[in-house]
Amino acid sequence: MNEVFTTAVMVAVVASAIRLAVPLLLASLGETFGQRSGVLNLGVDGIMLLGAFTGYYTVLKSGNVWAGLLAGAIVGLVLGLASAVIAVTLQAEQGISGIGIYLFGLGMSDLLFQKLVGTPIPIDTFPAVHIPLLADIPYIGEMFFQHSLVIYLAFAAIPVATFVINRTTFGMKIRAVGEYPDAADTLGVSVSGVRYATEIIGGTLAGIAGAVLAITLGIFQQNLTNGAGFIAIALVYFGAWRPTGIMLGALLFGFVNALVLELKTLEIIPRDLSNLAAMAPAIITILALVFVARRFRAPSALTKPFTRGK
Amino acid sequence: MTDTPMLEMRGITKRFPGVIANENVDFDVYAGEVHTLLGENGAGKSTLMKVLYGLYPADEGTIKIDGELVTIDSPTSAIDHGIGMIHQHFMLVPTLTVAENVALGLKSSRGFLTDLDVVSKRILELAEQYGLEIDPSAVVWQLSVGERQRVEILKALYRDARLLILDEPTAVLTPQEVDQLFATLRQLIDDGRGLIFISHKLHEVLALSTRITVLRRGKVTGEVPVEGATRESLANLMVGRAVKLIPDKLPAEPGDVALEIRDLTVVGDRGVVAVDHLDLDVHRGEILGIAGVSGNGQRELAETIAGLRQAESGSVKIAGKDVTGALPKRVREAGLAYVPEERMREGSIAGFTVWENLLLIDYDSPDYRKHGLFDFGTITDHAASLVEDFDVRTPSLETSTGSLSGGNIQKLIMARELSSDPTVIVASQPTRGVDIGAAEYIHRRIIDKRNIMTDAEFIQAKLVEHRTACTAIMMISEDLDEVFGLSDRIAVLYEGKIMGIVDPATATREEVGLMMAGVAQGEPA
Repeated sequence: MNEVFTTAVMVAVVASAIRLAVPLLLASLGETFGQRSGVLNLGVDGIMLLGAFTGYYTVLKSGNVWAGLLAGAIVGLVLGLASAVIAVTLQAEQGISGIGIYLFGLGMSDLLFQKLVGTPIPIDTFPAVHIPLLADIPYIGEMFFQHSLVIYLAFAAIPVATFVINRTTFGMKIRAVGEYPDAADTLGVSVSGVRYATEIIGGTLAGIAGAVLAITLGIFQQNLTNGAGFIAIALVYFGAWRPTGIMLGALLFGFVNALVLELKTLEIIPRDLSNLAAMAPAIITILALVFVARRFRAPSALTKPFTRGK
Repeated sequence: MTDTPMLEMRGITKRFPGVIANENVDFDVYAGEVHTLLGENGAGKSTLMKVLYGLYPADEGTIKIDGELVTIDSPTSAIDHGIGMIHQHFMLVPTLTVAENVALGLKSSRGFLTDLDVVSKRILELAEQYGLEIDPSAVVWQLSVGERQRVEILKALYRDARLLILDEPTAVLTPQEVDQLFATLRQLIDDGRGLIFISHKLHEVLALSTRITVLRRGKVTGEVPVEGATRESLANLMVGRAVKLIPDKLPAEPGDVALEIRDLTVVGDRGVVAVDHLDLDVHRGEILGIAGVSGNGQRELAETIAGLRQAESGSVKIAGKDVTGALPKRVREAGLAYVPEERMREGSIAGFTVWENLLLIDYDSPDYRKHGLFDFGTITDHAASLVEDFDVRTPSLETSTGSLSGGNIQKLIMARELSSDPTVIVASQPTRGVDIGAAEYIHRRIIDKRNIMTDAEFIQAKLVEHRTACTAIMMISEDLDEVFGLSDRIAVLYEGKIMGIVDPATATREEVGLMMAGVAQGEPA
């Protein structure tokens, strides 16, 4: 029993937690931009799935993981644009339309996989980048500094997003449009323009998140994300619409997930209970949502389409 | 004044489905003048200004700025033409700071990064110049209403607006804040700016304007210089006939205390004390007016009496019966009729028919039941008589209430509440926003009952009637004319406390205004 909590195990769990957190982190960060501007996109998981398949298929054909990442991003961008057309221009009910995008992504990614690939073939994964000196620190190095480049970049995106939201004119417009679009409109800010931009950012990041997931695992299968896109939306609330909060949420989720996986591998958790244990991350997320997130207020215009002069 | 007006709107027509909001309206403004746009709610003032500000496209007509024909199809082009608008409902993002609200939509001197320090500096200069004291780093939701209005004005000045539209800017201010605002506005005119002032408060219009254009049902009914205009002459232009500004009423003969409030403390939605150890009595046969600037505990007080909100401490008694903390249904059974502030959200259910809304408070009465089911014959007869008595203008009893005009919905609520034979009536903002859409109908229907009256007058007259029938009435209103015109006593509410109770026959507006600003009765200002 004691050997479970050895340093080696914990180091592995932390390193794995960071890897598991990244797709969530990216998707959640993208969703944050949309929500701060007043648009809820429930289709994140569908976009992730299509991004994942495209990324996987591109790597399978080209052997280039970065081409795969780019392909995932492009698919995400297009689907983000489609989400914007539905939510902003057509003013569809956002609580419903996103589910359509999700189901489209779920079905389409599987269909393409069946038609174009058939049986799962492993692909190359992102090469690990050992940060000079830091990677050699015992334990710390293995936990934090022996990851692939995308993982470092994902974490670097956190302060960038915070900066964009709080310190740029674009960020100010996003916040204004999400709180009181009429006020922004009377000052000449294009409410639709801002929302299109944030939905495209959100879609692109969801597409990248999916591609990162597939290329990190080196595989694709039906419903690869297993609902990660929905967890990502929950994390936006958990993180109170702030990038740092979202990062903490993603890491917590990743940690619980990694721990459960590790305990299953070590057969601490009996096999027949492993499905129950797999629910732990979701349950912990829900509890955290209930107790943490209700102290904060969502953007006032969230899910509300804008019409001038109403 | 120069010969060319800075603004010239000619033949503006704007139609909405089923309504002509503006019909062939001409309106111009010269530099250095205040041109007031006067009219009742729904007369088309706001529509005309929204056309000018690029929020609505006009169906017909032209706009010239400094003699040149222009197209204004968005707020951006309005701003580019030097037009600034102070909206009635402030167009401020509550979660942003003052500086951010001002900077929003402007090019930053640092490209895509914000330059709030530069903006703040300029705000402070403008603030000093025009006496609009403000902290640029304050977050807007923390500001008072008066301060928010200063931010709105600063926003326009920051964009070098030469023509300022002020849409009902005094609606939420105390009389002292109004004086302060007017001082700033006069300074702006002296700088050669043009002002469009929208209001329906006649004494303010007379105090500030150079010229007055009156709109009625979308058409200009008169354009007069302020010299020679009187409240009565303007009111006649607004309504189209002689108007009684203050309803007739008999002197009050107060009876027993019907509503007794003792040491009542209520916490508001934001967790702060909204009603603060308040004591108040309302007698049978009197109208007690509650004056005060919005947000000083009026809503919480009314809701607590009605059983919609829990009191922290203290008691509420109706006709001697303690109803503190009782369910709304029990409070009504004790004799309360309640006319809430929000007629659409709280006073009625928009998707329900007229008869359903009339039935809301006594749907369980045995009178309306037959064999355990609704007796639609009796219900319909009763609803029809209420609609007739209170002159609710509706195509049928089956009409969806949400499709009626504000004035008719308010009359429907009044009909339901006043017909319940109450001991106490609590009415919040009974005539706020009541439009003249039904005025013509009322004109014909009640001609034999009273003088010719508008919706607002009619509702006020109904309140007066109930006073003589020995009901205790608490009327909460932000409209000082209404408070002075109807009340037998006026209590002034400030931050949840009664600042003083005065007799409207002897009190002055200034006296009440000071109390509205938090100076207790008898205290030096």
